[in-house]
Amino acid sequence: MTRTRASGRRVGGFRALSLQAPAVTLLLLWMLIPLGMTVWFSFQRYNLLMPGMTGFAGFENYEYLLTDPALWSAMGTTLLLVGWVLAITVVGGTLLAVLFQQPFLGRGVARVLAISPFFVMPTVSALVWKNMMMHPSSGVLAWLSNQFGLPAIDWFSSLPLTSIIIIVAWQWLPFALLILLTALQSLDEDQVEAARMDGAGPVAIFFYITLPHLKRAISVVIMIEMIFLLTIFAEIFVTTSGGPGLATTNLAYLIYIRALLDFDVGIASAGGVVAIILANIVAIFLVRMVAKNLDD
Amino acid sequence: MSTPNSYAAPGGSGRFKRLLLALLAWAVALVIFFPILWMVLTGFKTETAAIADPSFIFSPTLESYQAVQARSGYARFALNSVAVAFGSTALALLIAIPSAYAMAFLPTRRTKGTLLWMLSTKMLPPVGVLVPIYLIFRDVGLLDTRTGLILVYTLMNLPIVVWMLYTFFKDMPRDILEAGRMDGASTLQEVVYLLLPLTLPGIASTGLLSVILSWNEAFWSLNLTSSKAAPLTAYIASFSSPEGLFWAKLSAASTMAIAPILILGWMTQKQMVRGLTFGAVK
Amino acid sequence: MATLALNNIVKRFGDTEVIKGVNLNVEDREFVVFVGPSGCGKSTLMRMIAGLESATSGDILIDGERMNDVGPADRGLAMVFQSYALYPHMSVEDNMGFSMRLAGVPKAQRRARVLEAAKILQLEPLLDRKPRALSGGQRQRVAIGRAIVRNPSIFLFDEPLSNLDAALRVQMRIELARLHEELDATMIYVTHDQIEAMTMADKIVVLHDGVVEQVGSPMSLYHHPRNRFVAGFIGSPKMNFFAVTVVSAGADGVEVTLPGGAACHVPVNGEGVAPGATLELGVRPEHLSIEEAGTLGGRIQVLERLGGQTSLYVEMESQLLTIMADGDVAYRVHDSVRFGFDASRAHLFDQTGLALESLKAHPLAALTRQDNRAEAGTQSEEAAP
Repeated sequence: MTRTRASGRRVGGFRALSLQAPAVTLLLLWMLIPLGMTVWFSFQRYNLLMPGMTGFAGFENYEYLLTDPALWSAMGTTLLLVGWVLAITVVGGTLLAVLFQQPFLGRGVARVLAISPFFVMPTVSALVWKNMMMHPSSGVLAWLSNQFGLPAIDWFSSLPLTSIIIIVAWQWLPFALLILLTALQSLDEDQVEAARMDGAGPVAIFFYITLPHLKRAISVVIMIEMIFLLTIFAEIFVTTSGGPGLATTNLAYLIYIRALLDFDVGIASAGGVVAIILANIVAIFLVRMVAKNLDD
Repeated sequence: MSTPNSYAAPGGSGRFKRLLLALLAWAVALVIFFPILWMVLTGFKTETAAIADPSFIFSPTLESYQAVQARSGYARFALNSVAVAFGSTALALLIAIPSAYAMAFLPTRRTKGTLLWMLSTKMLPPVGVLVPIYLIFRDVGLLDTRTGLILVYTLMNLPIVVWMLYTFFKDMPRDILEAGRMDGASTLQEVVYLLLPLTLPGIASTGLLSVILSWNEAFWSLNLTSSKAAPLTAYIASFSSPEGLFWAKLSAASTMAIAPILILGWMTQKQMVRGLTFGAVK
Repeated sequence: MATLALNNIVKRFGDTEVIKGVNLNVEDREFVVFVGPSGCGKSTLMRMIAGLESATSGDILIDGERMNDVGPADRGLAMVFQSYALYPHMSVEDNMGFSMRLAGVPKAQRRARVLEAAKILQLEPLLDRKPRALSGGQRQRVAIGRAIVRNPSIFLFDEPLSNLDAALRVQMRIELARLHEELDATMIYVTHDQIEAMTMADKIVVLHDGVVEQVGSPMSLYHHPRNRFVAGFIGSPKMNFFAVTVVSAGADGVEVTLPGGAACHVPVNGEGVAPGATLELGVRPEHLSIEEAGTLGGRIQVLERLGGQTSLYVEMESQLLTIMADGDVAYRVHDSVRFGFDASRAHLFDQTGLALESLKAHPLAALTRQDNRAEAGTQSEEAAP
């Protein structure tokens, strides 16, 4: 190895490094400082309302959190919310993607209409659903059930979690549709035709050609949705405020209650650590998949 | 884009099936879009008409739009949203372009790892770091300021912006940049005369995605702003308490809040897929 | 205008060595072609000359000056890329004038130089168009024009014709040859197509696995390949190879037994070759001739009639040989055929693939394209190195 190469390399590497430095440094700070503080606080006695009470708490905060029934209820709510929304959006999104892949009159416009909810800010969609759709007396759904002679449902008092699930699913179904539709467009038309020559009907084509082709896109959809759904906040904030009781309090909302309503920084931070661990379990899989994708 | 019909069988029954499918697809699209449509319509109703039995027939009025501006100063919140969304996007692009350039054109053994690490920061749930960010912002006086929100959104979107730019830069033929180098272009000239003009569509859609994500962000805006710097997401949330009587105004305000983003979203849907899935689906 | 010298150039990517010590001299105004199969390192070698890639070790000298640490734009070179690499957002004129714009040349002067180059290439009517509005051949000419405008001392061409269709390729080949004459510049040309190499080069450099296999004029490579690889790579259709057994060998030739038992005296230097050894005999399809009393025989498997000539694919002892025969041969598939060859046209290769040296140099072996051009009278004193 000669001098030329070594110096040439260092210069190139230095350039690459200095160009990336701002982005990398900022993200590193953005990640490490709050993360470190969250972990640190989670081991502290720290309540903004009780300035006198400070000091190392050991695992007290975790102990309190893990024995708090609210945490387990919030975990359950989080799981139900994520699970149901995922099921609805993935199954619905796949079927809709196949449907919207067909050529029909005005397909472009219909597609645009169907993906629109994804671009609506969460506070708007939550309030529109809460007031104009699901209101027990003046909502469209109440009016509809009256037309069929059925009693109107008071969505947010009798089915609070279901209502939230419907709203969130309405927002994320278009996301799944958008991604899967794009993935479907890269399906090799020859493959479908070859399958048809082999005698496959529409159902067989769906299960043996379309679905395998969508496998990767579907898993991407699942993982990205999971990351966002684990921390659904605004929709709960503007509709039920976590209630009635704890019926719609998920993990994110519980941490918010502990931090900004009870001002208990220690316990909220312990909750934050739990949320980070949960998200990381999903993240590992997603990052791995994207990494594999980087290689092709 | 017209793709050949892959499922309907040829022949007469195919035509009938096709008609059914078209009707079904349109019905689904309309059902999904209905809440938005209803909101837009309600914005043009009077408050009494808004809570009356649902009806498509009414005499449209602009009184709610006027009331929204007069009563709460809608423009101020809109301005906050614009400032925060565009400010954070400009800042993110500024930081991300050199970084994405280095990753695409001066790759080292660490490049892939850096990219993945950036992506993984995006997966940190915001509630996990809510407490420290809130406390830091309180202590340095960034609570309820546009600057604070711009900062958070820049960092929030930076990984996606770097990623999208990286994929667009990577698609740029290397030969053209090398031809530029043979012609005597410095790195800066290469970027200004060749890279930026040629990847402008990609940069634009990256910017738009960042604007959309910042505009619609509701966790940080609700927790870090109260009145002065509150963007539209937070403003709309203020309609959650007084129920019933404000539907028309809520609808008018919401329509104004989502219209620009809805249009941007429609325009960039294809490129967005790339950004939203980190290039895993194209 | 310029000479180029490569001294012991090595290039490593990580742990893989792609160029393994290349030495080469390019004379002033020479047309040198790097040829070899894909992955042989020819493009990497050219990119190192261009300055787009740095050499791991060794020296690159232009006009005797070491250029390793000089940037690509300052080496006095211009390159035509395989993909043309035109700037898609600029007009033809701006494409050609870009280097001058970067160098701060005034607009009027820029225009004059571009017009001059455009005239040579008949690009004048296209100057306002964007690359996407041009045909493949036109794009190619713009790319060449962009190089000409820089008035380089050495032109580099990286597989410039591979994106064109066959007819256009022939036309551009002729145009490039004409251009070389007109510009009187040193040109280095990379291709995987041995026909381009044979037709255009003054000097061919055959590369294989990062090593120069042979350097020489097209005719010397054709008639005196240094080894089995060059023998197989140069010439189309490919040379036939089959195993033969040595009966006796000496400085005055090698006596071998052909498949089928006939003996054959090949006039190559056989010093050090042991009787009984197995060598490989190579003979080009155009040098195999169909004869009733031929020393070789086989059965025709496939017959391709091209009109003027016919290719016969003949199975001989489970090996497929190619024979180029007259267009009018009356054979049919599955016929038996006998054929032979002039032993002075045959090549012998030892176990390492090296050719045994021919006793008599072919009279055209040192002929270059430039000699072709000058006059036909200089062949008398030609001798192979």
